[in-house]
Amino acid sequence: MKILVCISNVPDTTSKINFTDGDTKFDTNGVQFVINPNDEFGLTRAMWFKEKQGATVHVVSVGGPTIDPTIRKALAIGADEAIRINAEPTDGFFVAQQLAEVVKNGDYNLVIAGRESIDYNGGMVPGILAALLDMNFVNTCISLEIDGENATAQREIDGGKETLSTSLPLVIGGQKGLVQESDLKIPNMRGIMMARQKKLTVVEPVDALNATQETKFEKPAAKGAVKLVDASNVDELISLLHNEAKVI
Amino acid sequence: MKPDLFEAPDYYNLDDLLSEEHILVRDAARQWVKREVSPIIEEYAQKAEFPKQILSGLAEIGAFGPYIPMEYGGAGLDQISYGLIMQEIERGDSGVRSTASVQSSLVMYPIFTYGNEEQRKKYLPKLASGELIGCFGLTEPNHGSNPNGMETKFKDMGDHYLLNGAKLWISNSPFADIAVVWAKNEEGRIHGLIVERGMKGFSTPTTHNKWSLRASATGELIFENVKVPKENLLPNKSGLGAPLGCLDSARYGIAWGAIGAAMDCYNTALRYAKERIQFGKPIAATQLQQKKLAEMITEITKAQLLAFRLGQLKNEGNATTAQISMAKRNNVDMALKIAREARQVLGAMGISGEYSIMRHMMNLESVITYEGTHDIHLLITGADITGLPAFK
Ligand SMILES: Cc1cc2nc3c(=O)[nH]c(=O)nc-3n(C[C@H](O)[C@H](O)[C@H](O)COP(=O)(O)OP(=O)(O)OC[C@H]3O[C@@H](n4cnc5c(N)ncnc54)[C@H](O)[C@@H]3O)c2cc1C
Repeated sequence: MKILVCISNVPDTTSKINFTDGDTKFDTNGVQFVINPNDEFGLTRAMWFKEKQGATVHVVSVGGPTIDPTIRKALAIGADEAIRINAEPTDGFFVAQQLAEVVKNGDYNLVIAGRESIDYNGGMVPGILAALLDMNFVNTCISLEIDGENATAQREIDGGKETLSTSLPLVIGGQKGLVQESDLKIPNMRGIMMARQKKLTVVEPVDALNATQETKFEKPAAKGAVKLVDASNVDELISLLHNEAKVI
Repeated sequence: MKPDLFEAPDYYNLDDLLSEEHILVRDAARQWVKREVSPIIEEYAQKAEFPKQILSGLAEIGAFGPYIPMEYGGAGLDQISYGLIMQEIERGDSGVRSTASVQSSLVMYPIFTYGNEEQRKKYLPKLASGELIGCFGLTEPNHGSNPNGMETKFKDMGDHYLLNGAKLWISNSPFADIAVVWAKNEEGRIHGLIVERGMKGFSTPTTHNKWSLRASATGELIFENVKVPKENLLPNKSGLGAPLGCLDSARYGIAWGAIGAAMDCYNTALRYAKERIQFGKPIAATQLQQKKLAEMITEITKAQLLAFRLGQLKNEGNATTAQISMAKRNNVDMALKIAREARQVLGAMGISGEYSIMRHMMNLESVITYEGTHDIHLLITGADITGLPAFK
C-alpha cells in the first residue's frame, strides 16, 4: 500500500489572529505554525499502516520554503519521503489540482487528507481531489481499516456514525477518531536525526485555476459587556432584545 | 495540579539563533513534558517517589544520550540540542532532568569516552533504550567537594578486582541496573568501574526524608568485597580528570536545565500576577511586582545567552571546565532566586502544590549543591583567572 498524506501548515490554535495590508492578508508575525490537527490524525493512522501493514508513507504539502519545518516534523514522526509543491496555497481548488498531479505521478492508492484545515476551514480539498482523480471518497472519516483492496471506514454523521465499505484507490477527509489525541506521535530524537537524510522533493506547481480570491478579512465583533436582567423583569429583557440587540 | 499552561519566554528572539532542527528537538521535548510529566509530577513529588513509568518515555523520546552516535543507540545530536532537551525536561522537574542527566552524561558519556568497544557495544544501546538504567558514584560520606580524597578502593586479585567502600547521595542508585563507580587502585590512582546490580556484596539503600528532588530516587552504593570482572574497568582514562570530564558534560546540561525551571516559575508568576486582583487592579499593575517580573525575564535572557554561547563552544570542542562552571553557577543561582521571588508573587498560592514553583524552588536547592557547589564553582573561576587555586 502506498499512502500519500496531505498536510497543511496552519497557525497553532493558541495564535493571536491579526490581518495586514488593509485586512487582506493574514499577519504571520509571531505566529507558530503546526501540522493541521486533522492531518496529524491522518498521519498517525498512516504510521500505523506503515508499522502494522508495511505501507509506504509519503507526505505532501503546498507552500513555500517556510513550511519546511512542518514537513520535517512529519518526516521525523516517521513518513518515508516528502514532497513540497512550491506555491502559495491560495484556494482549495488550486491546492486540490496541485495535489492531484502528485497523486497521479506517484501511484498512490490511499490519499489521506484532513477534513478541513483549521486556518481557513474551507473543507473542499479532499472532495475536489477525489473528484479530479475519480477515486472513492469518504469525508469526516473517523475510522479506517484496509484489507487488501478493500476498505472499511466510518464517517461521522449528524448524531451518529455511518459504516461504509469501499475499495482502493481511496481519498479520505480524516479527523479525530482515526486515532485519538493520546495516540499522536511526538517525534523522537532519533527520528529527528533520521529526518535529515530523508528525501524532500520540491516540485514546481502546474498551471491551475484559482477559483476564488480573498478580498477582505474581518474579525468577529468584540464581545460586549454582559447585562444582567432580574429574572422577574421579563418586560425589560424583551425590550433589550428587541431594541438593543435587535434579535427579536 | 493546575493544567500546564506553560508558554516559553523568548525576549531576545533567541529562536532565530537556533536551527530548524534545534526547534524541532526543543518542541518535541516540550510537548512530551506537557503530556507525560506535568500531569503526574506533583503527585510523585508529594509522595517522594520516582515515577518509574516515565523511564520508557524518556528513552522513547531520546532523552538518554541524545549526543551519543546513532550506532550506539543515541541520536547523534549536537550539544545545543542536548541543552534544549535538558531545559525542557527541567521545566517539568529537576528530578526527572537529573535522571536523564545522570544516564546521559554520567553513565553513557564515560562508557562512550573512556570505555572500550566491547563495553560500548554491551551497554550503550541498552542504556539508550532504557533497558538498563545507570548511576554514577563519586561522592562519599567523607568526601564531597573534594573527591580526590575518596576512600573507595579496589585491589587487583589476578582474575578480578575486589572493590570496597561506600558512596552517598547517588541519584538513581535505588533502582539502577549498573553503576559507574570511581575508586582508587592500590597506587591511589582513580579509575572508573562498571558495577552491576546482583554482584555479591553490592547494595543500594535508599536515602529517605529529602525535601528536595523528591521525585528523584537518591541512595547509597555499598561495596563489601565486591568481585568486579576485569573487563568492567574503563580503560581509556584514569585520574581525577576522568570523573571531572563527566561532570563537565552534566554541568553543561544543568546550565540549560536551570533555565527551564526558571522559565516555568517566571511564566507561572507572570500569568498569576495578571489575573490576581487586589485593591481593585491586577497585582501585575503594581511597580513592586513588575520589578520582580522584569528582573526575572532579564536574568533568564542573560542565562539563555550564556548557555547558547557555551553550547557553540561545546560543539566546537572548545568549552573549558571553567567556562562550564561559570554557566552552571550563574544559571542555577538565577533559577533559585527567580523561584523564590516567583513564589512570593503567588502569595499563599505559591506554597501550594497546585503550582509548580515551590517544587522547583526546593529542587533547585539540590541543583545548586550537586555537580559542584555554588561555592566550588566560584573557586574554579577564581583559580582560572588568578592561577591560584584557593580550594587546595
Ligand atoms: C539530591 C542529590 C543528588 C546527588 N547525586 C549525586 C550523584 O548521582 N553522584 C554523586 O557522585 N554525587 C551526587 N550528589 C552529591 C553532590 O555532588 C555533593 O553533595 C556535592 O559535591 C557537595 O558535597 P558535600 O555534600 O559533601 O558537601 P561538602 O563538600 O561537605 O561542602 C559543604 C559546604 O562547604 C563548602 N565548601 C567545601 N569545600 C570548600 C572550600 N574549599 N572552600 C569554601 N567552601 C567549601 C561547600 O560549598 C558547601 O557549602 C548528589 C547530591 C544531592 C543533594
